[in-house]
Formats: sequence, C-alpha cells, structure tokens
Amino acid sequence: MSIASLAPLAVVLPFLGAALAFVLIRQPRIQRRVSLGTLAVTLALEVLVLAFVWQSGPVAVHLGGWAPPFGIVMVADQFSSLLLVISSAVSLAVLAYASGQGAADGEEGGPLSVFHPTYLILVAGVSNAFLAGDLFNLYVGFEILLTASYVLMTLGGTGSRIRAGITYVVVSVVSSLLFLIAIAMIYGATGTVTLADLAIKLGQLDHGTQQLLHVLLLVAFGIKAAVFPLSFWLPDSYPTAPAPVTAVFAGLLTKVGVYAIIRTETLLFPSDHFNTVLMWAALLTMLVGILGALAQTDIKRMLSFTLVSHIGYMIFGVALSSVLGLAATIFYIIHHITIQTSLFMVTGLVERRGGTSAISRLGGLAKLSPLLAALYFIPAMNLSGIPPFSGFLGKLGLLQAGVADGSPMAYVLVVGAVAASLLTLLVMARVWNRVFWRSTADAEDPDPVLLATAPDASGGRSMRALRTSRYVDATEGRFAGENEIPILPKMMVYSTLGLVVLGVALSVFAGPLFELSQQAADAMLARTPYIAAVLGAGAP
Amino acid sequence: MSVNLTLLLIMGVLYAIGIYLLLERSLTRVLLGLMLLANATNLLLLATGGYDGLAPIFAKDIPATAYNDPLPQAFILTSIVISFAVTAFMLSLIYRSWLLSRADHIQDDREDRRVATQELFDAEEDSEIAIEVSDFHENNQPAGSREMIPEVTLKKAAVHHAVKEGGE
Repeated sequence: MSIASLAPLAVVLPFLGAALAFVLIRQPRIQRRVSLGTLAVTLALEVLVLAFVWQSGPVAVHLGGWAPPFGIVMVADQFSSLLLVISSAVSLAVLAYASGQGAADGEEGGPLSVFHPTYLILVAGVSNAFLAGDLFNLYVGFEILLTASYVLMTLGGTGSRIRAGITYVVVSVVSSLLFLIAIAMIYGATGTVTLADLAIKLGQLDHGTQQLLHVLLLVAFGIKAAVFPLSFWLPDSYPTAPAPVTAVFAGLLTKVGVYAIIRTETLLFPSDHFNTVLMWAALLTMLVGILGALAQTDIKRMLSFTLVSHIGYMIFGVALSSVLGLAATIFYIIHHITIQTSLFMVTGLVERRGGTSAISRLGGLAKLSPLLAALYFIPAMNLSGIPPFSGFLGKLGLLQAGVADGSPMAYVLVVGAVAASLLTLLVMARVWNRVFWRSTADAEDPDPVLLATAPDASGGRSMRALRTSRYVDATEGRFAGENEIPILPKMMVYSTLGLVVLGVALSVFAGPLFELSQQAADAMLARTPYIAAVLGAGAP
Repeated sequence: MSVNLTLLLIMGVLYAIGIYLLLERSLTRVLLGLMLLANATNLLLLATGGYDGLAPIFAKDIPATAYNDPLPQAFILTSIVISFAVTAFMLSLIYRSWLLSRADHIQDDREDRRVATQELFDAEEDSEIAIEVSDFHENNQPAGSREMIPEVTLKKAAVHHAVKEGGE
C-alpha cells in the first residue's frame, strides 16, 4: 500500500467536487471555493503520486480487487502521472481565471452556474483517460471529457456557439464511434481490452489484422488530437467558446488524443507499421496549421491554428520512435499545455481590455497596459522557440532526435519543423506589432471600449459617442468612472501571471524535467515495466 | 466462433444508411445518421461476443465454455447510455439552432468566409516601404536625403497606394 495506490482519487475527487458544486448552484461564492479547493487537493495528491512513481516505477491499481487481466485497472506510470500533474495545475489556473471572470461580471443565477460542476467533470474525464489501464476505460474517459466539453462549448447558447457546437459534437461522436469500432474488433481478435495484456497478445496476430487495428486506432485518436488531415474541426469550433473554456480545451483536450496516440505507438503496436505515414502527417500538420494561422484576422482563431500546427511537433517525435524523440515529445507536450493555455488566457484579457479579439481593431495595448503586454510577450516568444525558453529546448530536442534518426524523411521533417517555428514567430510578432506596439490611432475601426480608454486617440468625441451608444449600457459595470479603464479582475490577471511564470519555470527547470521525460520515454519503449506492473512480474 | 449472419447484414445496412444520412446538410438527418451508426456499432460489439450461450450466471456444475461472454454486453450497455445522452444533447442543440435561425441545416462559418474573401493586399504589411520612407524623411534626416532612396522603391510604393485607393 503506497501513496500511488490513491491515484484513482484523481478521478473520484473531481467527481465528488462536481456533485457538491451542483448542489451549491445557488451559492456561486461557496461553489467557486468548493471547486477551487477540490482541484487544489487533487493537484497535491497527484504531485505525491508523481514523486512516488518517479522513485519506484509504474504502479497499477486493480479496482474492485479483480485479478489481472480481468478487472478494471488504473495505471500510473511516469508519463501519465507527469501529465496528470501538469493538466491539474493548468486546469486549476484556468478555473481561478474563470472564477475571477464570474465574480467580476456577476453571474449569480445565470446559466453560467453550471460551469463549475461541468468543468470538474471535464477534469475527471481527462484524469480518467490518463490513468486508464484498459481500452474501454480510455473510451469512457474520452466520453466523460467530451460530454462535459459539449456543454462548455455551447454555454449560453448564442448563435455562433450553437453553430460551432454542432460541428464539434458531430465530429467528436464520429471519432468516438470509430474508437468503439476499433475496441470491438480488438476484443474480437484478442479477447481482452486490458492494455498490458493487449501489448502481449496483439503481437501474436497476423500482420494484416495488426495493421487494420492499428490504423483504426490512429484515425480515431488522430481526429481527437487534430492531426492533419483530420484537424479541420478545431479552428472552426474552439474560438467561439468563452475565453476560459477555449483556454482549457486548447491546453488539454488535444493532448489527451496525443497521449492515446503515444500509448498506441509504444505499448500496443511497437512495430513501425505507420511511422512514415505519421511523419508525413506531422509535416503537413505543422505546415498547413501555421499557414492557416497566417491568414487569420482574429487572435483566437490564429491561436487555434498554431495549436494545430504544434500538434505536428508531437507527432514528429512519436514517429521517430527513439528514446530521444519520445522524451522530447513528452517535454514538448508539457511545455505546450502550459504555453498554449496561457496565450488563450491572455487573449481573454485582451478581449476585456480592448473590447474585441479582431487584430485590425486593436492597437496601443503595450502603452495602455504594460503588464498585459508582458503577459503576451513571454509566452508568445516561448511558443515561437526563442532560445532561453522551454519552447526552444523542446524543439531543439526534437531536431536532435530527427538528425540522430538520419533517414531522409527525418531530415525533411527537421527542415519543416524549423520553417513552422519561424512562421510561428512571424505570426506572433504580427499580433505583437499590431495589437500591442502600434498606437491606438493606427487601429482600423477601433473598438469603442479601446477608444474610450486610450489617451492618444481622439478621446473626447468618442467618449461622448460611447456614452450615448447602447454598448456602454451593457458594460457600464466595468467602468468605475468616466475615464477609468475597464477593470481587469485581479484574479484573472494573477492566474494568467501564475501560468506564465509556470511556463518560465519549465525553462529554468528544464534539466530535471527533461531527465524525467527521458526516464518516462525509456520505460515506455522498454514496455516491460508497464506490463509487469499490471500483470505481475512473472508476465512474459 | 460462429456469427449470426442476419445481425451482420443488418449491421452493414445500418452503417450504410447512417453514413449516407451523416453527409446530409440537414441537422435532423445528421442526428438520425449518428443514431444508426451507434446502433450498428452496438451490433458489432455484440458479434464479438461469439456464439449463443447460457446467461453468465455462475453455477458450479456448468463448464465455463457454456456461458455467453458477458463483457461485450457490458460494453453495449455503456455505449447505449452514452449515445442516449449525446442524442438528447444534440436534439437540444438542434432545437436551439432552429429557434435562432429557423432553419434545420448547418450554418456557414461567417468568420471563415471573411478570411477567405479578404484582399491579398494588406495595407499595413505590404505598403510598409512607403510608410518607412516618410518617417525616415520627416523625423531623422535633413530634406534632400530623399534622393538616396532608389527610384524602384518609390514606384512600388506609389503602385501600392494606387491599388489601395482603387480597392476602396
């Protein structure tokens, strides 16, 4: 009995918290505290689990006491416990951000009071997917997080959210059905769904059957992870959701898909059937994603496209199937969860401060709010891979792994990765130049909120225009006085700041983190520690 | 392992109709398609359970091979519950969509259309040379240094201005 056998609590606690938050739906203040407290406790527990697993290898918990391989099993190995910690840390920051927003805007009694319970269910689903030791439990984890995400995506039920929500639901349901078909076929072929058991039995099937099952799983997970050409749903649906929801989706949901792809490639099908296909998919994901980002005129949509593009880096590392490649991928996932989420959170703040997220209508924010500018600048440079930051270290690791691989296709990918990185820098710098650096007067058709607070724009006239407009009625609560800036709630700023600091800390502590990633990659490629933890040391 | 041919045929037909409906633009048909696909998948899961057998209730004197495999049925039960919830949610989305737009089909993404129809010429980015020329001239350099700027650049800037004005 060790602390790691408490790992299933990472699923149970958020569920209990969600139930409690549902009961407290009429007391938003207590509800916020309950959900924040639940996530904080979960995070603390996961840190302990990670510390234990780091010391003594993977731990399997057999729920209900059924002997393996028959019962439901939850496995915490280095990779999954690392992802648990980072995902809980990020979702805690986003929850604080959302709570700050809710407290500032006064959501009492509104439809948004379902946000907290649904959010906790989403977190439980993500944890369940990371801990699942069998395919069907992984499917259930996916369904929990997806169902919660349907609700979060369509919060408020406005026209654009419903439109985006329908596409999102249909695509997700189709990918889940494909996954379920894959499970049925795998069960038909092997008679088991326990991952560790499958790792042994799938290898005994004939080559054609293996390939069929493999490609079914890859397509199902490829849709969830938004790998080109299965990625078109993402930039369409994410940007319409509320800012905190987009932030947590961008950080976590696609990474669960990537996690499933990594498990498929290392544990279930270690033979390199589709490595070349994956490399092509990675290359096209990187390039098509970032070229899409170049064309966008809205910060949120632009960030959604960069999200797709950077999924390509992770697939690149997986396709190399070397320890270095996999370690760099794990490091990159951790980096990307943190950075992409903080960028979306900053965009939410920009939208509050400037009234819009359309790039052409913003300007001069660096002068108006230097803190906001710094909060954007650091993660933006981090994402583009500028040297001292973790983005650079992660990409460097991937490039080294690519060069070490030495095949012509790997070199093509190395070139593609560098090109995508430079284009990311271009996209990020363009937003910086327009939204933050140029003066407010240069903005085309600037938003009334921005004009009302900008000292260098023709303030007097627009203030009068603003006061007579209907817009100010809706936002009056945000103006403390005539010329005061719209309030950026402290809790929103601090939670964003916290995540940006975490991103910088990933660069400072990159050494130990990379070592941990390497250990996780070693264990996953060796496969035996995982299988032995589930089936007992005597297993082949 | 023997499989019931009738069930397999029904499964195939359900998949075919389901995919056909899924590709329609009408939301209700898409939903019906998803429901058919979910049921076809349930039949597939059932087929993996193998031949008919006794209900899996343990009794000492019955050999293990005589029972039916209960696991696929547990899978199906879970999958039915999930597709039930998703169907209910989809129905509410479709109803909401109908309330908002009075139409039962998937709406266009307006922002996407806007991005697609934007001009190739970007005033801020592509006419940068012209802007820098004037800054350079007015702020830092004495008059007359303008001659140092190559003629080609100026022409290009003039063309861009013409394009911009023509577009408006």
